[in-house]
Amino acid sequence: MSLLYVDNLKVSYGGIEALKGISIRVEKGEIVTLIGANGAGKSTTLRAISGLVPLKEGTITYDGQVISGQTPQKIVSEGIGMVPEGRRVFPNLTVLENLKIGAYLRKDDLQPDLEHVYQLFPRLQERSWQLAGTLSGGEQQMLAVGRALMMRPKLLMMDEPSLGLAPKVIQDIFSIIQRLHEEGITILLVEQNANAALKIADSAYVLETGSLGMHGTGMELLGDERVKEAYLGKTTRT
Amino acid sequence: MWNTVFPYLLSGISVGGQYALIAIGYTMVYGILRLINFAHGDVFMVAGIIMIYISASGMPLYVCIPLVILFTALIGFLIERVAYKPLRSAPRMSVMISAIGVSYTLQNLVLYITGGLNKQYPTIPWISDSVTIGPATTKIVTVVTPFLTIFLVVALVLLINKTKIGMAMRAVSKDFETSQLMGININSVISTTFVIGSFLAGVGSILYFTNYNTVIQTSGAMPGLKAFVAAVFGGIGSIPGAVIGAFIIGIVENIIKGMDVILFKSGVIARPLGLATFSDAFTFALLIIILVVKPTGLFGEKATDKV
Repeated sequence: MSLLYVDNLKVSYGGIEALKGISIRVEKGEIVTLIGANGAGKSTTLRAISGLVPLKEGTITYDGQVISGQTPQKIVSEGIGMVPEGRRVFPNLTVLENLKIGAYLRKDDLQPDLEHVYQLFPRLQERSWQLAGTLSGGEQQMLAVGRALMMRPKLLMMDEPSLGLAPKVIQDIFSIIQRLHEEGITILLVEQNANAALKIADSAYVLETGSLGMHGTGMELLGDERVKEAYLGKTTRT
Repeated sequence: MWNTVFPYLLSGISVGGQYALIAIGYTMVYGILRLINFAHGDVFMVAGIIMIYISASGMPLYVCIPLVILFTALIGFLIERVAYKPLRSAPRMSVMISAIGVSYTLQNLVLYITGGLNKQYPTIPWISDSVTIGPATTKIVTVVTPFLTIFLVVALVLLINKTKIGMAMRAVSKDFETSQLMGININSVISTTFVIGSFLAGVGSILYFTNYNTVIQTSGAMPGLKAFVAAVFGGIGSIPGAVIGAFIIGIVENIIKGMDVILFKSGVIARPLGLATFSDAFTFALLIIILVVKPTGLFGEKATDKV
């Protein structure tokens, strides 16, 4: 049984169909990536799974339960964490408060989780009393990931975590994704940086203006000529 | 000179405290919903009316006062649920018009119940007693108000900065969507904001009407507007800003009320000029000046999103 199964998902925004019936499977322990151009519906897919946008059709099943139609709070509490596009840390809260608010629904001791996040991102510990709005883009991204981890998600969805970051920071983010994967967290990654995403993905889907295109393992798509041409840039110069 | 100014200063501080308790409701609701809650002044007035009718039922004051505050908080909660929540994703202008509608509904309702007559506010013992401080003779409520205001403001600031619900309020005021992703129920956070704002307006109404003695359906309009100006003056969205703005407006307004006497006694003018008439106009002149010179107010943040 898949951890997450999105079946025939349709979403419209004011009459325009952003998703035209897509189906995705995420198996437990995998890194699954959605790649595609701007406006293909990648973010909409994640937003629909997390309950932020209403579905027009389709069902989303997580861990054997139908979660489509539930509130975002309910979906978070089931163990689906989200690192939203553009990081969206709370600029008026301190780093520590941002982490604590990530565990808003939890009532137990947060200390072990804080230590875990600080171990992954030592910079956050150094800056724990700083307002999140004063962090650099890379640090904010780390905070957004750390914040999502505080809820102890089983499935972590990440929306364009490399967007607008320096190449060195992007490398760090991707190595963190792999580390989380090794810790057993299932990851659904949306990326425009298709090259980096496909390299680490067990399974990958290509989205094209609201419909599903190719599907395969990360390596299969990485080697595919059409994917190369459309999303990876032509690197096959001889 | 001091002897002449002091009584006006004292009542200015007191009125300022009462404005502050109303202004916080405006500024908090704006902070979270970007909505000017035009009904807030009327909630304040309704709190006065509730006091009159509850105390007329013969219940002792120590029961009446908590009940008034409780009902006022409940009214704030209900207004949000009925008139604003259904418009959560509507344009901001719609919500504002809904707020104006609530304002008139409350006024008309009170007009219907009272028949448009001035209602006598009950005399609350002790705080209605007279007290003499130096050259000023006033009611004890005048002296109590600023202290109670400061106490409540400190408690509120602690709530917002130190508690989980306060943290959620700060988060929701920045980003509804991400707050939901954290598992925060934004509707209950917004309700809490209205409950706190109305609670403070309820406390403010007890202090204010003890001073002014009568309540009529339009009694909320002027203090409501003054408190709104105070909130804008301090930087709407900022609680310390609203409080400081309210004290400044209260003090200056009362000094202007006493300007004739002060100038006359100090020999600057030979006969009264009737300057007190302009004390209200002053408040709004101040609003215009702020909006021109510093649109974000004393402590307002730089506008990231505007209507």
